[in-house]
Amino acid sequence: MLGVLQAPDYTRAVIRARKLSKRFGDKRVLEGLNLEVPRGGFVLVTGPNGSGKTTFLRLCAGLYAPTNGELEVDAPRGSIGFLGHEPLVYRELTALENLDLYGRLYRIPERRERCGAMLERFGLWDVRNERAATFSRGMLQRLALCRTFLHEPNLLLLDEPFDGLDADGEKRLHLKLAEHGSTVLVATHDPKPLSVRATARLALT
Amino acid sequence: MSAYAADVAALARKDLLLEFRSRDTLPAMLLFVVSALTVFHFALPGGSSERAETGLLWIAIVFTALLGLARAFAAEREQGVLDGLVLAPSDRSAIWLGKTIGVTVFLVLAELVALPAFALFFHPLSWELVAAVALADLGIAAIGTLLAAMAAASRARELLLPLLFLPLVIPVVIGGVGASVAAEPGSFLAFLGLYDAVFAILCWASFEYVVTE
Repeated sequence: MLGVLQAPDYTRAVIRARKLSKRFGDKRVLEGLNLEVPRGGFVLVTGPNGSGKTTFLRLCAGLYAPTNGELEVDAPRGSIGFLGHEPLVYRELTALENLDLYGRLYRIPERRERCGAMLERFGLWDVRNERAATFSRGMLQRLALCRTFLHEPNLLLLDEPFDGLDADGEKRLHLKLAEHGSTVLVATHDPKPLSVRATARLALT
Repeated sequence: MSAYAADVAALARKDLLLEFRSRDTLPAMLLFVVSALTVFHFALPGGSSERAETGLLWIAIVFTALLGLARAFAAEREQGVLDGLVLAPSDRSAIWLGKTIGVTVFLVLAELVALPAFALFFHPLSWELVAAVALADLGIAAIGTLLAAMAAASRARELLLPLLFLPLVIPVVIGGVGASVAAEPGSFLAFLGLYDAVFAILCWASFEYVVTE
């Protein structure tokens, strides 16, 4: 058991893990993790480097399969918003083209309006027709956030969401999170900026 | 258009747009295939049989395809985009089909240069040869795209792709050469068609397992 989750509502769990383990070859990353994440909860996943924060989020997203144990995620694939270490955008496509592609794949109604609104929301409207290859690290993170929130996910999995963001970017993300009503898991090495919003904390060791 | 077809069209269009902008793959394929045919032209002794010449064309086609396939998932690998595509609610086989269409287009474009060059260096083209190349493209793109996705997830991708791909396209070379030089090419063309159908179905059905752990 590596995690300690405080004050969960066990009646409406979105994520249930029982004796969850993940190994990569001989390397043990997660071992015997038991937890339940309630619907609507805002969970901070903390821990030192290599403690398995990213691995846990990728397991929840379905990008990894558990080595042992059980993991149930009560959210269909299209209702998960995943922000990883990589922006998951094509460098040779513009910001708008990247979002439009995801909009098509997520079958978002009024796709163009939503893409435009997201770009405006994260301060990328003026560079919407520029290729992602020309973006700075912070702009790529903003574009990745646009992609993550584009389909209004019910389960948000954010891995170090403030990485690379300037003060304006951080403010925009805080505003977006404040109005986002769904379940949120944030993996971070610095829980302070989000501790007010958090309903629970999973401390991995 | 069904949602599945719309997903495939969006993904294929994206691949063509990426190549149009980056010009990473197609120019390399064109240069390689023309260079290979030129080398074969000077390496092959005068008076060689049509069978030998046709065999060399198939070698050039297979290795040109390998060159393109090695880059097939490069854009996805660079920024981890495959994770983003896998997380989308669309059927994951649409990723394979969209990519296969893109690979087929690049192969056909390379052959639009390669076949006239072959006719110039060696002997005139027959309709059987053109039909065999067209059928082979489908099989090569289908199996090659699946293997390229498998290799993209591996650290030894440069090694893994040829090791997996070349043995599996041996039937394509047998069918292609047979259709090009045999007196009765029908059975070889049918063999190529069967190869395409079997591997297209297998790849379509198994792609989901390749892109998920």
